[in-house]
Parts: sequence; structure tokens; C-alpha cells
Amino acid sequence: MSSYKIIDHEYDVIVLGAGGSGLRAAVGLSEAGLKTACISKVFPTRSHTSAAQGGISASLGNMGEDDWRWHMYDTVKGADWLGDQDSIEYLCKEAPAAVIELEKYGVPFSRTDDGKIYQRPFGGMTKNYGNGIVQRTCAAADRTGHAILHTLYGQALKHNTEFFIEYFALDLLMKDGECKGLIAWNLNDGTIHRFRAHSTIIATGGYGKAYYSATSAHTCTGDGNAMVLRAGLPLQDMEFVQFHPTGIYGHGTLISEGVRGEGGYLVNSKGERFMERYAPKAKDLASRDVVSRSMSIEINEGRGVGKEQDHVYLHLSHLDKSIIESRLPGITEAARLFANVDVTKEPIPVVPTVHYNMGGIPTNYKAEVLTGNDSETVPGLMAIGEAACVSVHGANRLGSNSLIDLVVFGRAAAKRAAEIVKPGTPHENIGETETEKCLERFDKLRNSNGENSTAELRLSMQKTMQSKCAVFRTEKTLKEGVDDIRKAYDGMGSISVKDKSLVFNTDLVETLEYDNLIRQAITTVDSAYNRQESRGAHAREDFPKRDDEKFMQHTVAWCNGRDTKIDYRPVTKTTLTNEVQYFPPQERVY
Amino acid sequence: MVQINLPKNSEVQKGKYYQDKTGSKNIRKVNVYRWDPSDGENPRVDTYEVDMDNCPSKVLDILNKIKNEIDPSLAYRRSCAHGVCGSCAMNMDGKNGLACTKPHSEIDGDINIYPLPHLKVKKDLIGDLSGLYKQYQSIEPWLKTNTKVETTEIIQSKKDREKLDGAYECIMCACCSTSCPSYWWNGDKYLGPAVLLQAYRWIVDSRDDERKERLKKVADELKLYRCHTIMNCTNACPKGLNPAKAIAELKKMLATS
Repeated sequence: MSSYKIIDHEYDVIVLGAGGSGLRAAVGLSEAGLKTACISKVFPTRSHTSAAQGGISASLGNMGEDDWRWHMYDTVKGADWLGDQDSIEYLCKEAPAAVIELEKYGVPFSRTDDGKIYQRPFGGMTKNYGNGIVQRTCAAADRTGHAILHTLYGQALKHNTEFFIEYFALDLLMKDGECKGLIAWNLNDGTIHRFRAHSTIIATGGYGKAYYSATSAHTCTGDGNAMVLRAGLPLQDMEFVQFHPTGIYGHGTLISEGVRGEGGYLVNSKGERFMERYAPKAKDLASRDVVSRSMSIEINEGRGVGKEQDHVYLHLSHLDKSIIESRLPGITEAARLFANVDVTKEPIPVVPTVHYNMGGIPTNYKAEVLTGNDSETVPGLMAIGEAACVSVHGANRLGSNSLIDLVVFGRAAAKRAAEIVKPGTPHENIGETETEKCLERFDKLRNSNGENSTAELRLSMQKTMQSKCAVFRTEKTLKEGVDDIRKAYDGMGSISVKDKSLVFNTDLVETLEYDNLIRQAITTVDSAYNRQESRGAHAREDFPKRDDEKFMQHTVAWCNGRDTKIDYRPVTKTTLTNEVQYFPPQERVY
Repeated sequence: MVQINLPKNSEVQKGKYYQDKTGSKNIRKVNVYRWDPSDGENPRVDTYEVDMDNCPSKVLDILNKIKNEIDPSLAYRRSCAHGVCGSCAMNMDGKNGLACTKPHSEIDGDINIYPLPHLKVKKDLIGDLSGLYKQYQSIEPWLKTNTKVETTEIIQSKKDREKLDGAYECIMCACCSTSCPSYWWNGDKYLGPAVLLQAYRWIVDSRDDERKERLKKVADELKLYRCHTIMNCTNACPKGLNPAKAIAELKKMLATS
């Protein structure tokens, strides 16, 4: 592929992705004196962290007694015992300091009467190991993600982080099982860039756009996950896809769990607050998988609202107007724009909507990527944020645990990289084979003149995932999914890219993104097919019980084209320190 | 009379016409600015006939429909699709806004879509915002505090926190700055409403200890006082913010300090 001009760069560390976790890592790396590049396909403040609304969890105890061990218990239980308890201990223990750090960076948190950070109730967050509701979720009104993302970008500017913006990453550079950097395409001028680094940190977020209806941005295509698959490495727990209970019906826009945290509730066509039946204690603040399933049952049993009876209502008009104005201004605007609803008078039509990927690149609590074989790590490769599976969220993430995941593990990755990488260490030579292979795929897609448009194939993938791998799953639907998703994959053999140029060729970008998405879709549905139990977000109607004996294990899945290999590795059943005891599996009721 | 000649490549030409192929009875004509840096051609305006019976309510939905069903080569930025990321800022029906929140029902007749005005165009609807980003960096958008307390937050009263409302919500979409005639002429020196709103956001943050230095830094004939209170910025803001008021506050602070 000598026809492409390649520009070489050498860095100590590169971060791929400039959302919350990528920026936090970049700040830490710059502080540690490492020569760092942060590469992103969008300008940092366009990253999807900006869409996070409700808040960031940490047991600050500003609104009553709290303890990081309670937070840990809630997270373990929320994860339906698929989370690794060493990582969860690390997350919850580090959380308060991480939030205080954000505040010092300048995040405009909402405040209590005595001027401290305001915290609101959130789903699954309890006091004293499940005995009552706690206010643990730190909020900047209902724009917490936006506030954090912009603040972290400011910190990165303060530390003079080198950004490569609107660069689309193509593939990792691997040599003898070690990561040596990556190759990216500069959309601004069409050049190809080869970044060498002693450590490559993947922070590319989730792949919500594998589904038809998702709260995810158009750009949530899990590019880093797919790069890992193409490098012959596995992804973990991909069957666990979170459906957020309250996406706006018909549009998918997120309506924060913070609405229920502030006292909003769900209602069916009979006007019943049905969550009281499914979760007598936590009610509308049960964890997301539980609420989404309850909503789906209500709809399936004919108690949905609307012409098609296919959604339910979220009421908040009973809330004090000043609370809506000060704490929920963003969702007020979203409901007006996308549901034509005045929340002070009418309920919002909502439906469970794909929102978050618990699965991703397997890592340990230091953010080092695992080979899938026991605790062996891949030298030179790290992953953080939604792209990673640490695994702190296990089978189901609690609301407000993702923002804290970003900053705690973003910081951990920077810390670990600073331990491993000595600034200025020279780079060894690597051959051209990896570069050739990468550019061959790029060039082939760019010059493809087949029958199928990328948009058609993407739609077919999205519809398959939406109908065959949704809130409730069965052997039959999943088998159909396993077959149908491969048809969408095979369609790539005759894909067409109309735009052949190299500058801002968004036709080619979307095709590369589709290539990334379809591999993750295959991995997801195959992993789901093989897990014959119900746990967290993975609800099998034919296997309604959790099976700890067989399946208290992480799925690890390799994907080579249309073929996958599925294996399992044990969940970590030990804590990091003796400051807390292991929480053994219990029945999960809210 | 003075004759003014524009360079040849600045002439926008009539482009391709894409006729509807669905047989829909509910068609709207959508005129879109096109320019590809790699083909050496002049910019042009392509016209697409779009079937509105199967199109959701926002201008972004129209663009997605064109890209997915008619012409995949059309280039524009878009991401979150609900008005928080600021990617899809463009000029629609002569007004700047976010394509993802602008209902096409608010536009009469043909729908005209152009890039944000007075930016260097990179391709089609994609404008070059690097100048604005550099200016954003120049106001040092991070908290500067002398506090020695590390284990707890800096206390901020509800009243002080309220001062940030209307400023921290900015999504940096640049709708305001690229609607400002003063910014059109002096965009290299005048900071423009988006960046001045952010300068204001840090100046009024009670936790920041460098208020005076920050104020001094913007107190410049070009950086700040090129604002002539035209108010286009406030009219353009898709988030309902009021940069013009923030700029007026800055001027007032300087006049009274």
C-alpha cells in the first residue's frame, strides 16, 4: 500500500478517545511527565460523556451517613455477582477522592444549603447494605456528564496535552502479542498516521449503535473494541447490554434516572404505579435491568399506553416546579423537543432503550488488558471507560456508576502507565506487515463498488439486534439472531462506498464504523446464545434462574470474521484488601 | 464606481438535482451546500427531493435520510442527536442552529442548508473551528484556586453556584460566534461571544482566585470591545443562553472595577 503517505509519530503513551476516561488518563499522563498523544475521531467536547445526565456516584456522605463499603455492596448486587470484587472495591474506595478532584478541577456541581456537593438518590444505591435509600449520586443539575467533560477538557488544555482531533483509528500495531501503537486516518487532510507508543490506552466507549433504538450517539460504534477483536484478542461479557428504562418513546433520547431520583414515577395504562409490584422496597429506584424488565412485562401483558400500547408514562408533574427548574432543566428541554411534552403538566412517554455496554475489553483493576487466559496481560495495551470490562458493572451497571468508572480508572491507567513506561524510552523497529494488513482493509473498503449500501446493512444489523437480542431472550430468538446477524456480516462482501476521496470521507467513516459494529454484534449475540441462565441484563425466558454453579463466570469471546470462539473465565471472588469482606452471592431482590 | 471581483472559486454554482424515486406525494426540496476540496471544482448547491412522509421531525433527520437513501457522499458532523454535543451546528433557512433540534416544520418552502457562516469550509457542511478552539484555550478554561484543602470540596453557596447558570451549559457549537458580524470581520482577534461567555463563566465562579487577572486579560479593545451589542449571538444560541448579556456584564465589571 505504498500509495498512502504515512506519517510517523513517537510517544511514550497514546490515548485513543477523548471522552471522560480518555481525558482523565491524558491529564494524569501529562502530569507524570510522559509524552502523550490523545487521538479522537471527534473534538473532545463532542464525546458522548457529554450526554450523561443524572450524576456521578461517590459515598461523600453529604446528604446523610454513607460508606464506600455500602456503595461496594450495592455495586456487587447491581452487577448480579458478575463483577470482579477487587475492581469494585477499588472503584468505590477511590470514588470520593475522584469526585473531590473533579470539583477542584472546576466542575460546577449543584450545591446543598451548606455549600457542599449536592447528591441525589439513584437506582440501586442504598444505605447499610440494602436497608433504605441513600443519596450518593453527585449532580450538576441534570447535565453532570457535560459539566465533567468540558472541565476535563480544560484540564487537558492546562496540561498541554497533544491532541489529534478528527483522526479515525484503524488498527492496533501488534508484534509478538505486544501492542506497539496504532494506525489512524487524519480526516482533515486524508493522510495516514502511525503512532508508536510503549503503552496504548483504549478509551473509545460503547457500541450502542449496533442497536436500532439507543440513547447512544451516532458515533458510539465501539471502534476500540473492534480493533481489539481484529488483533486476535477477546472481548468479555458482551451479552450484557443495558436497556435504560426511560428513553423517549419513538426517539430514544435519554431521560435521566435522576427524574425518578427526584420523585418521578412510572405508570401503566391503568394508572398504576406498577413498580410497587416488582420491587416493593426500592420501587421506581430498583436497578435498571429490573425496571426495564418490569416495563416490558407491563407492555407485553397489554398494559402499555398509547395507540400501540407499546410504552409507559413517566410522571413528574407532581414535583415542585422549583425542583424541576433547578435540578431537571435538561430533561425538561429534551421532553419538549423530542416528545412535545410540557413536563410540568404531562407525563413523558418512555420505553426501555439500549444505553450501555457492560461488556468490553477485559482488564484488571490497573486497566491492563487481559489475554483472556487467566490473569495474563497484553504488554503495551490498556483499556478504560465503557470500552473496558474491568469488570465493575458485571451483568448490570448501576446508574451514576459509569461516570465514576471513567475518572477512577482513567486515573488508574495513567498511574499504571507511569509505573511501566520510562519517559523517552526509544522505540524498537517493527516490520511493515501490520501496517500493510491494516491499509489493505482500509483500501479495500474505500474502493468497494458492490450492491449493498452501508446504511442498508447497518439498518439490517440494528433491526436484528433490536428484535433478537433485546430485554427478554430465548433460545429461539437468539438462534435466529446468530443466523441473521451473519447475513448482515456477509453483506459486507458486496458493500459499496460511493465517495472515494480521503478528506472527511464520511461515507468511508461510516463503512469502517459498520465493519467495527458488526463484529461486536456477532460477538454479542453469540455470547448471549451461549449463556443459558438469567443474570442482570441478560434475561432468558427459557432459563429464568441465575446459575452460579455454571455461569458465575465471565464470557470471553474471540471473533474472526463471522466465526467466534466462546470461553469462560472465573469472576474474581477476592477483595483487594482486608478493609472489606467478599460479598458472597445472594438472591437479588429490590 | 468601484468594481469588486471575488475569486473564481468563491462562486457557488448550481449543482446536481436528485429527483425523488419513492413516488411520494409529500416532497420537499432540500438545497444543500456542497464542496469537496479534492476535486478542484467550485462549491455548488445540490437539490434533493425528500419524501417527508417517512422522515422524522428534525433537519438532521432530513440530512440522515439523504445520506442513507440518496447520496452517501454528503458530509456533515453529527453525534448525540439531542442537542448536547454541539456537532451538527449549521445554517438552516438562513439561521444558525443545531440540525438535531431544529424542526423542519418551522421552515417554509425549500429548505436551504449551508455550513456555519464565515468559517473556512473543510468539506460540504463541515466548517473549520480550529480558530475558535484556540481562542477557547487562550482564556484558560480551568479553575485557578489557592485552596490548600485537599480532602473536601471548596464550599460554594447555592447563590454563588447560581451565577454559573446560563454559562456552564454552553456546548461550544459556535452558532453564536459565527452569527456575529464583528466576529466575521475580526475573528482572528475578537474572541467572539462563545469564548467570552466561557471567560465570564470562570470570572464569576466564586471558587476561582484569579478573577482580577482574568478580567484584565480580556480587557482589550479587540478581544472584548469589538462586541457592538448586535445581539445576533443571543438570537442564535440553540440552548437559549445569553452571551450578549455575559459580555455586557464583563464590560460592566471592567467599568466599575
